[in-house]
Amino acid sequence: MIPIRIDRDQWGEITESLLRNKTRAFLTAFGIFWGIFMLLLLMGGGKGMEDLLSSNFAGFATNSGFMFSQQTSKPYQGFRKGRWWSIQVPDVERVRHAVPEADVVTPTVRIWGRTALNESKSCNVSICGQFPEYDRVDNPKLVYGRGINEVDIAQRRKVCVIGSRIHQELFSLTENPCGKSFQIDGIYYTVVGVSGKTEGGMSIGGNATTTVLMPYTTLQQAYNIGSRVDILCLTAREGYDMKQVQAKAEAVLKRAHRIHPDDKQAVNMVNAEAMFSMMDELFGGISILVWMIGVGTLLSGVIGVSNIMVVTVKERTTEIGIRRAIGATPADIIFMVMSESVVLTLLAGMSGITMAVLLLHGGDVVYSQVNPDAAPISFQITFSTALVAAGTLSVLGVLAGLAPAYRAMRIKPVDAMREE
Amino acid sequence: MIKLSGIHKTYQGVQPLHVLKGIDLHISKGEFVAIMGASGSGKSTLLNILGILDDYDEGEYLLDNTPIRHLKERQAAHYRNRMIGFIFQSFNLIPFKDAMENVALPLFYQGVSRRKRNELAMQYLEKVGLRDWAHHYPNELSGGQKQRVAIARALITQPRIILADEPTGALDSRTSVEVMNLLKALHQQGMTIVVVTHESGVAYQTQKIVHIKDGLIERIEDNVDPTASPFGHGTVMK
Repeated sequence: MIPIRIDRDQWGEITESLLRNKTRAFLTAFGIFWGIFMLLLLMGGGKGMEDLLSSNFAGFATNSGFMFSQQTSKPYQGFRKGRWWSIQVPDVERVRHAVPEADVVTPTVRIWGRTALNESKSCNVSICGQFPEYDRVDNPKLVYGRGINEVDIAQRRKVCVIGSRIHQELFSLTENPCGKSFQIDGIYYTVVGVSGKTEGGMSIGGNATTTVLMPYTTLQQAYNIGSRVDILCLTAREGYDMKQVQAKAEAVLKRAHRIHPDDKQAVNMVNAEAMFSMMDELFGGISILVWMIGVGTLLSGVIGVSNIMVVTVKERTTEIGIRRAIGATPADIIFMVMSESVVLTLLAGMSGITMAVLLLHGGDVVYSQVNPDAAPISFQITFSTALVAAGTLSVLGVLAGLAPAYRAMRIKPVDAMREE
Repeated sequence: MIKLSGIHKTYQGVQPLHVLKGIDLHISKGEFVAIMGASGSGKSTLLNILGILDDYDEGEYLLDNTPIRHLKERQAAHYRNRMIGFIFQSFNLIPFKDAMENVALPLFYQGVSRRKRNELAMQYLEKVGLRDWAHHYPNELSGGQKQRVAIARALITQPRIILADEPTGALDSRTSVEVMNLLKALHQQGMTIVVVTHESGVAYQTQKIVHIKDGLIERIEDNVDPTASPFGHGTVMK
């Protein structure tokens, strides 16, 4: 049992002992300070970067994949190579039926380079025809109104969800445009919702802020596109790999459109799942690196403290001997050395935590000043992270004190006082 | 107060050194005893055993009827703190503590509150005539003053015995007299004191002189008149 005798003298002794060798204490403390500072700074910074990137993917299904048609590259069943083909609406049912591993299978179609007009205001837009299911692949994160629904599809309603840029250009940013109309190519559409997607965010088929989302059937009629599908969007069911799902869907499409099974070009695919998992791996790698650097620096700091404490104990051999002779128990001596080590580690570590928190806060302030209307990103570490860091520091302080305390404990009063 | 019978001590090493070869010694309460001997005679080892700083191999040691043998470090520290007051040749004050804090230190290890132990420390400093020097650090004190601080530190726990290891060894003759007078005064108040010395001038200030030679007690001499030093009345040889 270690007797806890903390009174003013005890504190006095600890500070006195640390201050007796200011430079040495400072340099030792700096190792701890820098270790915890770097660890927290990198952790906060890494998390901030991750947030920043994933804010671009907000609403995007991470298990999704996309397929679109290209010219064939092989002759097959009497067709020559270089044939143009396109995915058709009936293919959706075929894929749904043949690939049960796919969760969502939904087609989209695109019309590019149109001009949307509202009285004298105009905006360049692209139109995306879709089904309500598409929300589960790329959610528009509506800020106003509703999305496209089944009734819109069935009745070929002339309704649309507009991107934030269109909202700004055709209406005013502060007003709710739902219920208002504007025209594209002479046809009037009523706004039923506004997408919350931001500039620079991930989207399929063009900038989400200048995209008008419309029922597929409405677009089908307005632009006479037949049953053409530009992009077939898929998501995999829980536990299935998008790669397998796409491979099966590819086979289905090839069979239906008489494409050579070995044709590598005809069906083009994007696997968002693979992309996301690559990014996850990247961030995983970065965080491992952060931990290695931070923990490594911290550990070398701790070893530094331990080393210096051993030297201090050696220097104080006589003093410890005197203390033992006049009645200090080994536990008293252990407590003396340990408390010094813990105080030094905690002091240094706390200033490291404080410094890191201040700097990360500065980063937050600067970021919000530079990008006032961007998604709120915080580089700051959480309070619980700081608490865990402080707890870890105390443990490290104790660990650093172990070796020197053991040495101090073994000092015999007789030996100590002989050494003059 | 102290009862030693058949104490043996061997220092283990490449060449085992048999330092104490059977010491029998009885010191009663209130006695003022000197242990004399040449260097290497085993007198320091004997003092270390008396002071529970070192263990012995054979025999029996009773300190105030408490058997002292194979003690746990904790227990030994406790006995040292409560029963024994040490005075060393090189004073062994802690350099970064002032006189008062040095005197108060043994009470710190008893868990006495700061206010109380500092108050007591001032009382004991007064007894050794150093009240005005309470807030001086050891390097601001003369040798005699340092030893008086050490004596105050030895007394503050009200120990059963005072063990002094060459208490005047580092002092000049004038301060040696001061320190010896202080010890004699303590003796007159009833304190049991054991002094280890090789200076006969110091030894002859005591009542009983134990001569040690080659790890054995050579003879015990009763010093009838401690003031009648062979070097003149009331002097200490230097």
